[in-house]
Amino acid sequence: MTSLPAKTDRKLGLVIDLDTCVGCHACVISCKGWNTQNYGAPLSDLEAYGESPEGTFLNRVHSFEVTRDQAPPMVVHFPKSCLHCDNAPCVTVCPTGASYKRTEDGIVLVNESACIGCGLCAWACPYGAREMDGAEKVMKKCTLCVDRIYNENLPEEDREPACVRTCPAGARHFGDLSDPGSDVSKLVAAREGFDLMPEQGTAPVNKYLPPRARDTLDIPDLASLCEPAPEANGFLGWLDRALEKL
Amino acid sequence: MHPAPSLIVFTTLSGLGFGLLAWLGFGLKAPTGFAAIVFFGLGYGLAGIGLIAAAFHLGHPERALLAFTQWRSSWLSREAVLSAATLAVMAPHAAASAFWDTPLPVLGWIGGALSLATILATAMIYAQIRAVPRWHHWSTPPVFLLAALAGGALLAAKLTVALWLMLALSVAMVAHWVAGDRRFATSGSDAGTATGLGKIGKVRLLEPPHSGRNYLLREMVHVVGRKHAHKLRLIALGLGALAPALLLMLPASYFAAILALALHMAGMLAQRWLFFAEAEHVLGLYYGR
Repeated sequence: MTSLPAKTDRKLGLVIDLDTCVGCHACVISCKGWNTQNYGAPLSDLEAYGESPEGTFLNRVHSFEVTRDQAPPMVVHFPKSCLHCDNAPCVTVCPTGASYKRTEDGIVLVNESACIGCGLCAWACPYGAREMDGAEKVMKKCTLCVDRIYNENLPEEDREPACVRTCPAGARHFGDLSDPGSDVSKLVAAREGFDLMPEQGTAPVNKYLPPRARDTLDIPDLASLCEPAPEANGFLGWLDRALEKL
Repeated sequence: MHPAPSLIVFTTLSGLGFGLLAWLGFGLKAPTGFAAIVFFGLGYGLAGIGLIAAAFHLGHPERALLAFTQWRSSWLSREAVLSAATLAVMAPHAAASAFWDTPLPVLGWIGGALSLATILATAMIYAQIRAVPRWHHWSTPPVFLLAALAGGALLAAKLTVALWLMLALSVAMVAHWVAGDRRFATSGSDAGTATGLGKIGKVRLLEPPHSGRNYLLREMVHVVGRKHAHKLRLIALGLGALAPALLLMLPASYFAAILALALHMAGMLAQRWLFFAEAEHVLGLYYGR
């Protein structure tokens, strides 16, 4: 049944630090690499060498500019993937039972052999976390690297999602968010981690950490630097006027 | 949202078909003999074409039978179950009316109720989606139900009822548009909540995550349709409901009824195209549109 479990034993998820992310897209590539070669249908590219190449990705990095009052604007790199919501709307809309949330760890998965490719789950997700594969015509989404985190054939340090393992800045953290004593829960508490679009009622498991306050420098009034150059006098003024007339 | 032709054909034709079947089920004077073959044939034909069109929307139509399994949680699954149940329950009523001149009113009433439930389930597939604020509102199901019942009444030659339903449909469409235009603003979602950075300042997309197109943009960030929304609303309202209503006020004639039906269907195709094309998905906030 595509009903949601009343409670999951654990809540495995990611904590993404927007202060630390440098926007290098390494997590995007490692995610694509691992998930193309492992669990489920590969993540296809269409027209990879053509005029308008596109492909399926489970994790993408947007970059936003935040304009602040009385302070210079900030650039914030913003990785986005499935948030493994407690109240996942993508699960309940599925007509076939292909989309489900696991009771043991809260991971939201798609049983690809039962997916009819109707796309309704992608419509129901406010975050755009699901993409229909252009070649396989089944719905693809972040699996939280379910084939890594429990994989005893991998060395222990590799038993975490590929995006977390690869992040060179340490901006991504993986753990159990239902356990208040876990490292990720402590991080969320210490840094005031937040949900994306809480008003959508999805109760996401993944949390984001806000950018830290920047040092305040004695910054001059930036607008004054944009004022037009003063009128030139003397020879330069004559040259300016002469060139203007040409 | 992407206005997929398969979904527009599906929602308009199956709506019309189930609307007609509802009238044939509830009909106190049900048609018999050859007339029943024509009317029920039309109802089954329209509903069937609509459902087949819907199957074209699927990536894996060969697994479509699985869609009958999740009726406890999914409106799409409920729609599949209810439509099949309607066609099955209505079949003995149709056959008895056509071949033995004896309508079976009990089955007819159950079938009529199931027809209405099917149309409601179709509407709820869209109305349940909170991420599309324009759809997620009580005004969505009345548009689907009244469109199906008004068109169905016209097809079933119940012209007086059709006139009143056309007028009700025009009110429902306007209500849906007026409410819909405010829905995104009142949903509470904006670039600030989408990124969680709204507390710090004003959020603007600086660089999109990819330079090309992708499934998400194609399917859910359809901006072309919003440009002509106003004109299409007038076309939908005029052709879909008001012109047929005017024609129905004239003395009854085959010509007026057929013209009313043609105009109504053209208007409903415009309305349904717009229903998808002008609906904004909150995902667009991550792409700055």
